[in-house]
This record gives sequence, C-alpha cells and structure tokens, in this order.
Amino acid sequence: MSEPGGERPGGSARPNASSDADTAPLTVGPRTPGPADAVIEFDRVTKVYRTGAIAVAALRGVSLKINTGEYVAIVGPSGSGKSTLMHILGCLDTPTTGTFRLAGENVSGMSEEALAEVRNRRIGFVFQQFNLLASMTAWQNVELPLAYAGVHRAERKERAMAALAKVGLAQRVQHRPGELSGGQQQRVAVARALVTEPDLILADEPTGNLDSVSADDVLGLMNELHDAGRTLVLITHDLEVASAAGRLIGIRDGLVSENDKRDLENVR
Amino acid sequence: MSWLETFRTGLNGVRTHRLRSALTVLGILIGIAAVILTVGLGEGAQAQVSSEITALGSNLLTITPGSTTSAAGIRGGFGTSSTLTTYDATALASKTVAPDIKAVAPITDSSETLTAGTSNWTTSVVGSTPSWITVRGETVAQGRFLDEQDITDHEPVVVLGSVTASELFTRGDPVGQTVDVDGLPLTVVGVLNSVGSSTSSSTTSDPDDTAIVPLTTAAQEIFGGTSRNSVSSIIVQGRSSADLTAAYQEADQELLALHGITTASDADFTITSEASVVSTATSVDRTLTILLGGVAGISLLVGGIGVMNIMLVSVTERIREIGLRKALGATPRLIRRQFLVEASVLGLTGGALGAGLGIICAVFLPGVIGDPIAISGWAVALAIVVAMAIGVVFGVYPASRAANLAPIDALRSE
Repeated sequence: MSEPGGERPGGSARPNASSDADTAPLTVGPRTPGPADAVIEFDRVTKVYRTGAIAVAALRGVSLKINTGEYVAIVGPSGSGKSTLMHILGCLDTPTTGTFRLAGENVSGMSEEALAEVRNRRIGFVFQQFNLLASMTAWQNVELPLAYAGVHRAERKERAMAALAKVGLAQRVQHRPGELSGGQQQRVAVARALVTEPDLILADEPTGNLDSVSADDVLGLMNELHDAGRTLVLITHDLEVASAAGRLIGIRDGLVSENDKRDLENVR
Repeated sequence: MSWLETFRTGLNGVRTHRLRSALTVLGILIGIAAVILTVGLGEGAQAQVSSEITALGSNLLTITPGSTTSAAGIRGGFGTSSTLTTYDATALASKTVAPDIKAVAPITDSSETLTAGTSNWTTSVVGSTPSWITVRGETVAQGRFLDEQDITDHEPVVVLGSVTASELFTRGDPVGQTVDVDGLPLTVVGVLNSVGSSTSSSTTSDPDDTAIVPLTTAAQEIFGGTSRNSVSSIIVQGRSSADLTAAYQEADQELLALHGITTASDADFTITSEASVVSTATSVDRTLTILLGGVAGISLLVGGIGVMNIMLVSVTERIREIGLRKALGATPRLIRRQFLVEASVLGLTGGALGAGLGIICAVFLPGVIGDPIAISGWAVALAIVVAMAIGVVFGVYPASRAANLAPIDALRSE
C-alpha cells in the first residue's frame, strides 16, 4: 500500500487491521512520518459517542492509509460507522483515541478554529443533499470556500468560473440552484469542492439524490477528476457506485477491511 | 474573511428573508419611534414650562425684611423691623460678592393718590433704581425710564404704568405733564408698555397700575419716615434660572454677613422665589415623561426580544447553511460575526426607520394633540445607536448558538 503510484486501481486485497487493530496496524505510528504522498493516515482511530450513561463505539480501532491520486470507495451498510469515518476524514469531528494525519499534518487534537482552516484548505466536500445556498448563484456558491480562505474578490470569481467550466457548467454560472437540475446542482457542488485545489475530495453519497442518468454523469465527472490526478474518497452504501472506484474499503461494526472488486459480495 | 465580506453575507441573509426581516424591523421601529416621541413630548413640555418661567421672571428672588431677634432671644413678628437698606442692595449688586446676580432693584412702595389736573388716581407708588426695568423685564412705551442722575439728584420725576397713565391722562401725551403726589409735583418722564395681568403672580394687583419714582425722591420727599435708607424689599435677578440657586446662596451669605448674623435661622430677612411654584409643575411633568419613557422603553425591549426570537428561528432554520459554511472553512468566529451583523442590521434599520417615523409624527402630531414635541438631534442619534446595540445584544445568544453548532450535526439535520 505504501509504494507510491504502484498499485493505484484495484490495489491488492491485503488483510488489514479489521480483526485486531492493536496487533496488526497497517500504517506506521504517528511518530514516524509516512511517505510524502500519503494523504490520509489513520492509526488505530476510535470514536466513542456517549449518550447519557451509554457509550457507543462507532469506530473500534481503524488504521488505513490513502495515497495521493487514489480513488477509494468506503462501503458499508448504515450503522457500520461509515458516517463517523467520513466525519473524521472530513475533519468535521475528531477521534476519541488514535491519530489521524491529513497530508502529513496531525489533526487529531486540533481546535475548532484550526480544523476549520484545515477543512478549507485541504478538503473539498460533495454532499448527498448538494448543500448549495439557494439565495446565491452558481458561481457565488463556488467561490464561497475561497472567500473563507481570504482570496481577493476578482481572483475568486475568476477561479469559480474556471471550476464551473471544468465541470461543464460554463453556460450556467448565473443560475441559482433552484434553476438547475439535480445533476447540474451536484456538478456545481463538485466545482465548489474543486475550487480550492484541495488535497482530498470527499464525496458522501454523491449520487444518493440523483436519477441514474445524472448519477452516471456525476460518477463520470469523478472519474475525470481521478484521471486528472485528484485524490477522491467516495462514501456510499451502494456497491454499484462503489465499483467506480479503484479501491474498496469495507466498513462493518466500526472496523474496516480492504476488499477486492471481485469479492464485493463479502461486504454485503 | 474581511469585515466587509461578513457584512455583505449578513446583509444577504437579511435580504433573503424579506418578510421576516421586515416584521422584526417593525418591532424595533415602533419602539424607537415611541421613545423618540415620548422624549420629544417631554422635552417639548419642559421647553414650554421653562419659557413660561422666563416670562414670569422666575429668575427673580425677592428679599423681604424678616423679624429681629433680640439679645434675649425673643423674636419679633414678621415685618417688625426695617432691616433691609439701600446698602444691602448696593452690596448685592457687586459682581465680586455675588457673581451670579445680574441685577438688583431695591424697592420701597406705598399706596398714594396721584393728581393730574382734575383727575386723581390711587396707585402703588414704587421708589426704585434704573435696574427696576431690567429686573421686571418691562419696556418703555414713551419717553424714558429713570436714570442714575435722577437717583443722585433726588429728581422729582415719575414713570407711569400704562393703566395709571390712561387713568390720569385721558387725552394727549402724558410725557412732560405734571403729577402731584401729596402736594409734591412730579414730572412724567416716561410711560411703560403694558405687560398684561400675570395670573400666576403672587401679587393680585395689576402690574400696569403703578408709578415709579427715584428711590431717593421717594424716601426723602414722599414717604419720609425715620429710617430713610430702609427699603421694603430687594428684587434680585439671577443670571439665569439655572443660576438661581447660586444667586440665592450668594445673597443669603452676603446679607447674613452684612447684618452680623451667625446663625442662619436667626436671619432678619426672607428670600423667596416664584420658581418654587413652577418647579412643582416641572417635576410633575418630569415624572410623566419618565413614566411614558418607561413604557416606550419596554416596547423597545419587546422589540429586542423580537430580534432575538427571529435570530433563533433563523439559526434553527439555517442549520444546514451553518453546517455547510463550517464544512467549507468558516470558523466559529466568522459564523458568530455573520449572525451578529444580521441582528445589528435589523436593529439599525429599525432604528433609522423608527427615527424617521418619530420625526414625521413630531411634525404632524402637535397639530392634533396640541402639545409641542421637541426632537433633538442627539436624541435621534442616540436612539439609532441604542437600536443597533439592541440588535447586537439580543443577537449575541443566537449567534453563539450558531457558532457553537457541531458541523456534523448541522449538516445532518433534515
């Protein structure tokens, strides 16, 4: 897994830490820096939610590594810890124990303010619900992360326009989300995720709210991004969608397992 | 993200929910307009009262002789002595002794019968100095008033009140004519303008029915008596009604010193002012203003709670937007700022519109209710600042709630 660029699509189905995270960590410890091109390094990450007296372990020691340029699908049924994994990946939440390095930077214990900055700089989100602001035009939605990054107005607009052109919406920049189809809205969302040139694009069920034509359309766009060298993590419960990715990581009961495309059925 | 950007975002938030923003603004608007109008009404009433005070000459103090207290401690009746003298008046007129006293008029008076040709008329003959006319705030209609020369030379001259003049001289110009008082012929040198009867004055006599002669002439030639330097009262004019207290104290101290009295309660003179009547009226008025202002303030508070309510609704309703903004890199501080800007824009708009409404009402309402409304610039400015502050204060809690939302919860909510 650590050889750069060696085994991009369909990587080997090595057994990982799913059975025992403590004895068989896939990745090196937090003290030793990983290879320069590792975008994501999870080391025995756990997440425990407490509701009153009951503690629920959503992640029970996850170790994994995702390299630059990889296209990874994280697949799991609901309740598997998939969402929790995605939140930690997206720096929307922090691990209870263990370390998470994003582009070599340990984000495990960061403050809320620092996490906001990391999200802004390193991660592009694509959500199931699109999450576009209805009162703004397509290009204004796309420039939003640049505004939080403190980019100057003129440059912001220019870059937003370029990102929209990249997803094929050059003719729709002045439209508001309500005037666009679902597929087009998701394309705007992808443009918004792209515009900051992030280290990681995190897509949470990006096709969940789309008809099959639009879904294929968006997945095609993801493929293009992958071909252009972007690192993509796709979170889904849909194996058909997941099959678009080069590498599959299954998650079940808070533990991850590498899956070969051939034994997709095992994840079910 | 700069303040300007945050402001733009906040403004956009207000614009997006037009109706809701308008209703919130309405709450603040009514509160501010009510406060401005109440304060304006109060100030208008006070201005009216104080102009009435000025007309009454309430910056005047009247010093009258009191009772003497003998060495044995036996106090004589009121007015038993003629303790006030022209020397007292001269001392009080000194600017170094009493800087807050503008003018001093010693007065001696007596009811005398005036004869001019075949007609006669009994009136109040007043012996005084040239400062009498300034102290009383009266003006000369014809001829001149008394001057210092008349005092020094004991001139047999007289200035008549308008009523007295018309009673004695039904035809022709009184100036230059002669009037007899107790057989002493006096030349009429001037006639005063009519001031009309003053209803609130403590004197029931008509102020226009009088005759003023030089103090010295009155003492030496008309009234006579043993103590020719004593006066029946001294009228002291303060520099303004605001300085009247200071003038009172200066006069009191000076007279006590002059009369060699060490205990203030043994004073052989009394100082009174007409302002005491007026001050009661003013204080009633002020109480009313405070009461009305309180009601208006409560309506402003309700407006502020309205802002808070709407901002809380806004935070709940836009929970996904907040989550998204956070995911895109907005820090809690920026989210808080955005909502604070929205709240203060609501407050500011309400304040500005409320001030506008208040000013419009101030122009048209007096015609309906008959009371003057005085709108001062600082009150309007203060009201707008207060309105904005209300927006900020009542926006703090909702904004903090928005800022502290966990991004995942915010994104997950349906």
